[in-house]
Amino acid sequence: MARNIKKTVLHVCMILLSLLCLFPFLLMIVNATRTGNEIMTGFSLIPGQALQDNWETVSGYFNLFRGLGNSLLIAVCSTALTAYFSSLTAFALAVYKFKGRNVIFTGIIIFMMIPAQLGLLGFYDLVNALGLVDNYIPLIIPAIASPATVFFLRQFLMSTLSPALLEAARIDGAGEIRIFHKIVLPIMSPGIATMSIGAFIASWNSYLMPMILLTTPNKFTLPVMIASMNASQDIVANQGAIYLAVAVSVIPILIAFAFLSRYIISGISAGGVKE
Amino acid sequence: MTGKKKKDINRMGYLFVAPFVIVFLVFSAYPVIRTLYLSFTQYKGFGEPVFLGLANYQRVITDPIFWTALGNTAKIWGINIVLQLGLAFLLTIVFSDIKYKMRGLSVYRALFYLPNLIAATSVAFLFKTLLDWQFGSLNQILISAGLIKSGINWLGQPGTAQLVVAVIGAWMWFGNSFIMLMAGVQGISKDYFEAAAIDGAGRWRTFASITIPLLKPILLYVAITSLIGGLQLFDIPFLITDGAGAPSNALNTVVMYLYNSAFKYNNVGYAGAIAYLLFLIIGVVAVIEYKVMYRKKED
Repeated sequence: MARNIKKTVLHVCMILLSLLCLFPFLLMIVNATRTGNEIMTGFSLIPGQALQDNWETVSGYFNLFRGLGNSLLIAVCSTALTAYFSSLTAFALAVYKFKGRNVIFTGIIIFMMIPAQLGLLGFYDLVNALGLVDNYIPLIIPAIASPATVFFLRQFLMSTLSPALLEAARIDGAGEIRIFHKIVLPIMSPGIATMSIGAFIASWNSYLMPMILLTTPNKFTLPVMIASMNASQDIVANQGAIYLAVAVSVIPILIAFAFLSRYIISGISAGGVKE
Repeated sequence: MTGKKKKDINRMGYLFVAPFVIVFLVFSAYPVIRTLYLSFTQYKGFGEPVFLGLANYQRVITDPIFWTALGNTAKIWGINIVLQLGLAFLLTIVFSDIKYKMRGLSVYRALFYLPNLIAATSVAFLFKTLLDWQFGSLNQILISAGLIKSGINWLGQPGTAQLVVAVIGAWMWFGNSFIMLMAGVQGISKDYFEAAAIDGAGRWRTFASITIPLLKPILLYVAITSLIGGLQLFDIPFLITDGAGAPSNALNTVVMYLYNSAFKYNNVGYAGAIAYLLFLIIGVVAVIEYKVMYRKKED
């Protein structure tokens, strides 16, 4: 009996904590439909009528759909590159014995621990020297080399791929490239899915790099667009428009999360167990 | 299969790792080395870097703004880590309790993780707007609940501004830490818990003698990743303060100072020295964390 009461209390605490995680988003969605005036005079959980006005204020300053499209383009391309080339690299490191393999693996471990900021200035300097500032290439191509993804997929492959399967395919006359595409990729697909979702979200949410590299407003990704709101008096004067712009950037992630939360969480758990 | 053929197959490894290695060398390894080189030079971002030796480093360690920024970063990270890990730890205790057998772990886990998925830019603007001292919803809620009489200027005072950034960080990251700790608990063999129960160990005894010691590797991992992430604090304070680090420089962080030195004041060499000093500090603190956690074992 006492245990049941305690358990109920704990569940109430958990529900409160969940609400704490959701409440700011709820307020955001409600406020996106209210006028600046309504928001200034008091808070409410009842939606208002100003959704369209707010949308026009935001659209008058920047094209959110354009931002969504730009973010999507970069995130899709870089995720695809990370997924494909990390699988290829992980496969090579797990299966073939060649000189330099251990050097590459050590490099991967070292760069998993180096903070990103250490390369920031050199990276910008390089991009500048290559004439690629304000271009999507430096936001996409580096995704080919993702040390953490390679590390994870290599571990995944070592525990799932049997050497006998490879030998059998070789005896049947399949080439190595074909073996990778027809046998190894399907086996790795659960691991690839987990890492791809993480890579996609990281790219979608990334701010510092696109902010430094992109200069033409038309090319801005969604986070850079959102961050540039400070420059617009129209928007700063109308808080409803700010909430709406933020909501447009958040809602796709909320929807994706509703379907993919299982994979996302298994990805983080894997990060914890790898030690 | 002959030995020669086997060797040929192994050669395929070079082909398969080539794209990774080339891109890695160009876009990851080279920039890190280039930053190190630039940190020994005077460089404005264009023209030829002029070699200065250690002059930039000497200037950084005598630069009061650097130490203020480091102090702010450490303070915000300190509050954040206590809240974030404390909460994650409490939740782990609740959900791993053998007697309660709490249900709904997967649902709660997903909800707790949600704030972490949202772009820092969106989180920053959301809270900046919610915490606005005149028109923000938080003050309106607190006033209508009768808890305060007039609005608190959360982001306008150094103390509360730092606290707010630390709490936002904890709000964003506690779910992530919780999931990792919980994955660690689920990785512990059930036999240990059953053996403890047979020996008559109570809940706290089980927790102190079995769960915590076996969780150590993951605790260390969580502590070190949050250290690396926390000392690089940038987005939220940068966006909340429009890049200025106001009020009274209380939200100026090391990476923000690095960014402003390089991209606002075109002092790339100096910013490089900040980057490497920060890296050194992170390394030292990580080693200390490691030593503290594994000290008892060696005794």
